[in-house]
Amino acid sequence: MLQDKDRIFTNLYGQNDWRLAGARQRGDWDGTAEILARGRDAIVNEMKGSGLRGRGGAGFPTGVKWSFMPKNSDGRPHYLVINGDESEPGTCKDREILRHEPHKLIESALIASFAMGAHAAYIYIRGEFFNEARHLQIAIDEAYAAGLIGKNAAGSGWDFDFYIHRGAGAYICGEETALLESLEGKKGQPRMKPPFPAAMGLYGCPTTVNNVESIAVSSTILRRGGAWFSALGRPNNAGTKLMAISGHVNTPCVFEEELGVPLKEIIEKHGGGVRGGWDNLLAVIPGGCSVPVLPASVCETVLMDYDSLRAERSGLGTACMIVMDKSTDIIKAIARFSQFFKHESCGQCTPCREGTGWMMRVMNRMVEGRAEIEEIDMLEQVTRQVEGHTICALGDAAAWPIQGLIRHFRPVMEERIQSYKAAHGGGRITQVPPGAPVGIPVAAE
Amino acid sequence: MVKVTVDGIVVDVPNGSSALQACEAAGKEIPRFCFHERLSVAGNCRMCLVQVVRAPKPVASCGFPVAEGMEILTDTEIVRKARRAVMEFLLINHPLDCPICDQGGECDLQDQAFGYGADHSRYQEAKRAVKDKYLGPLVKTVMTRCIQCTRCIRFATEIAGVPELGAVSRGENMEVTNYVEKALTSELSGNLIDICPVGALTSKPYAFTARPWELKRTDSIDVSDAVGTNISLQVRGSAVLRAVPRVNDAVNEEWLADKGRFSVDGLKHRRLDRPWVRVHGKLQAVSWQDAFVAIGRRLDGVPGDRIGAIAGDLCDAESMLALKDLMVALGSPNIDCRQDGADYDLSQRAYYTFGTTIAGIEDADALLVVGSIPRQEAPVLNARIRKRFLAAGRGGFPIGLIGTPTADPTYSADVLGEGPDVLAALRDGTHPFAATLKAAKKPMIIVGHGALTRPDARAILASAWALAVETGAIGAGWNGFNVLHRAASRVAGLDLGLVPGKGGRSAAGMMSGGVDVLWLLGADEFHTAQIGPKTFVIYQGHHGDAAAARADVILPGAAYAEKSGTYVNTEGRVQRSFRAVMPPGDAREDWRILRAFSEVVGHTLPYDTVEVLRERLATVNPVFRVIGGLDAVDAAALPGPSDGGAVLPAPFRPVFDDYYQTDPICRASPTMGECSRIYVHPRTVAAE
Repeated sequence: MLQDKDRIFTNLYGQNDWRLAGARQRGDWDGTAEILARGRDAIVNEMKGSGLRGRGGAGFPTGVKWSFMPKNSDGRPHYLVINGDESEPGTCKDREILRHEPHKLIESALIASFAMGAHAAYIYIRGEFFNEARHLQIAIDEAYAAGLIGKNAAGSGWDFDFYIHRGAGAYICGEETALLESLEGKKGQPRMKPPFPAAMGLYGCPTTVNNVESIAVSSTILRRGGAWFSALGRPNNAGTKLMAISGHVNTPCVFEEELGVPLKEIIEKHGGGVRGGWDNLLAVIPGGCSVPVLPASVCETVLMDYDSLRAERSGLGTACMIVMDKSTDIIKAIARFSQFFKHESCGQCTPCREGTGWMMRVMNRMVEGRAEIEEIDMLEQVTRQVEGHTICALGDAAAWPIQGLIRHFRPVMEERIQSYKAAHGGGRITQVPPGAPVGIPVAAE
Repeated sequence: MVKVTVDGIVVDVPNGSSALQACEAAGKEIPRFCFHERLSVAGNCRMCLVQVVRAPKPVASCGFPVAEGMEILTDTEIVRKARRAVMEFLLINHPLDCPICDQGGECDLQDQAFGYGADHSRYQEAKRAVKDKYLGPLVKTVMTRCIQCTRCIRFATEIAGVPELGAVSRGENMEVTNYVEKALTSELSGNLIDICPVGALTSKPYAFTARPWELKRTDSIDVSDAVGTNISLQVRGSAVLRAVPRVNDAVNEEWLADKGRFSVDGLKHRRLDRPWVRVHGKLQAVSWQDAFVAIGRRLDGVPGDRIGAIAGDLCDAESMLALKDLMVALGSPNIDCRQDGADYDLSQRAYYTFGTTIAGIEDADALLVVGSIPRQEAPVLNARIRKRFLAAGRGGFPIGLIGTPTADPTYSADVLGEGPDVLAALRDGTHPFAATLKAAKKPMIIVGHGALTRPDARAILASAWALAVETGAIGAGWNGFNVLHRAASRVAGLDLGLVPGKGGRSAAGMMSGGVDVLWLLGADEFHTAQIGPKTFVIYQGHHGDAAAARADVILPGAAYAEKSGTYVNTEGRVQRSFRAVMPPGDAREDWRILRAFSEVVGHTLPYDTVEVLRERLATVNPVFRVIGGLDAVDAAALPGPSDGGAVLPAPFRPVFDDYYQTDPICRASPTMGECSRIYVHPRTVAAE
């Protein structure tokens, strides 16, 4: 369990002043110039040593990512792009940073930009985050006025500008290359990789895209030392992480916690326990809607970190868990995710464009039970055909929840089909329900 | 070079190649939909997935760069499974209406479904339907068939330079559209039909006409402009049903302008299929014999210098040479292939050809266009300019235009002025673009017929050449001086010397009463009222256009599809076409008509076969010995065209107002008429 002295986000709930004065009281902007004076390589090495892994979901080591930026510019500017397009259902952690700890983010952005030779950082904020963007803009203005950013930022000799770009509400723009496309003013569609953004990113220049949280923790890590950070958590799963609990718990909340704490303990301590007691737990989706669901039996023992959840064929994702008790129709819950991914697929590449719609339609039938038992296997195959064949990870994200459902709740699905057949007659006549509207949906409408 | 192993075969491929190119180098065929050699890589169809050893998942080979020692597997279970999966996804929302689809038989989706498709569909849900879009009179859309490969979007944006196509909505609802219901404003829109891998974009005029396996294909040359686009004429029975481009990287890459592609239906309309003779003011159908006798009688006693001949814009070299030989035999110095009144210096070939060559545009680093609108006069060549413009990056290929552009040139260009005075300003350095040209290492200058059909053509030509020499456009190893022709026959005519001989009259001189008997070989591009009322006109050609209506004798000739002919394009490249169909009715190949007539008047031309005639072509001008190639010319060693006096101040005019109505074939074509109505006269359309 995380002790108060090791907390990074000390104003997570916004009880204190989020403006510059308050942030300074909490230690932000303290000795920023000294941190920069350590030099690029020292900062990157410290970050590597801290073991910080990307907080956006994929878990790629942040320091290593920073080190991919070219050491010397070939004439092109370097850019830091911060991904604040937090759109994952169930996820609400970056928002707290943006509205309550904006200075931590700006200071860290300065340090990170310096570490990768960038004089400009862009933050792409989800369009719905209106007040968050406003807070951040006020904080930016304060920082400019105080000389903390701009020319000779914080007296370090490094010039640094920070820009906000507000998105328009497309989930896919949270994918790093789609985000860059959108930032450039184009349709938000992921790019092919390679070339990776570190070689050709924003406007064709070397770019690093990091999650808001990954950036925001870096000033504290550099201030307190990578060794402090890596001492928290478990090996290869170092540090603290913003997590959230939503769903059927008594006290849904966002909180900061050490990695590697048992899931059950987290739900009991932060979430105030499952509604109706632990035995009423049906399943937990541990990290936003794009990771596979965990049944109650696994939740009993699993630890909340990257590797433990991976071993259970799920993932940490954004660490914002969705808790479902036994009143939940789990098929319907996953079908809702399928609708989400179908709606948010950019439509660029074939498997995702066509597969998400197919999966959604079969899932919708599965909710009613209006399907054949064999179609469960077919659905599983379809998810395999999408997974790993797409340009970006949205195809995988659409496939995994269904795979998790079939893996853990196949008997529920079969039972649903059997009872539909029992109620509506057996045989293979169940595809079209009586009285269903006839006609083909027209895409243009 | 990088060493890559593809299925155990070691190949060397250039650095930066894609895995797909490496696979092709190893002789492996990779299925693809979105990838096209001449477009940017999209990587969205996912059909070209291959396995790269040590990569965690299959990669799209079209966009995956090779690395030293990379091992690619193209035929493993994982790859086959992945491709079958993609094919299944492509087909779930594809209508499978192949029996009524015009793409049937030449459809990539159909072909690849044979390799990777399943025998039945597992998709039980309702299929997607998409509303069709209006793209104008040439391209038909059935958008439900679209597989969202975005080739058309990339073609319109990158090659054609008209960013009018795009994709709206996302996911399943993504659809390719032109945003507003408006015809595509490109002279290259027909190429969308070729690059669409499925039946979403097909040819509107050709809809439901034929199946590809019914067609006989004949190699030919497009005569609608002077680019010499290599085409394949596709024929069923006696009808040319469509023209599609052939690949020739030196000339047209794989594009074809709309006029060349869609004017083929003009070959069936308004054809001259029998000889006619005017008797008492009315044309009467007669036999060949009677027609020849009528001409022979009229010629009787007419001195040679009162006989003249004008060759038109679509003529093949063979018939032009036969015409010239006939005129020489009749003792006439009056012959001209320049019905538009253009003037050139014929002392050197470099003075009237496109010296940089079309492919050479890609090496140039600055461009000055004088009195030409390449987008309309040579759309395919214009695409090459745009290609160079895009490849050079921002500011890498500065372009200046002298003249008034009537349409967006498809690249950013500075309009330097309207008339020849700018040329003078460029020469004395007072115009800022002069510095741009001088700073460029390989600048090029294109002189068009907006400049060369003026009375001061010689002076402009000499001035442009001088500017080219002064700015380094003509130098060691680089010839940046170009004349852009718009008539397919022109360069061949000039090569064969179809210009007035000593004391001979030019086209204008012949028309204004300078001759008593005027032989028009497919010459139509002038007002027939210019011809003197007493002049006896013989029209030899294939279409009943204005000149035929004025004629006293009509001799039905063959259109380009109906004869094997030699054409020389604006670069001076000699190319040969083959006969796709027979001429209609009594019509005959033009050189045979002239040869037959020469016998009637007792001056039998010395060739009985086309081979002998072609030997004579090569004797007259050795350039006709090399088909398809081009000899490098050392322009720097040439003295330059002779100066023709004063330059007039008048601004340059476009050579034509209506791209779709420039020759007898397209004026006879209903499709071109429709295009003209929609694109050139939009106000009449709006009024309807």
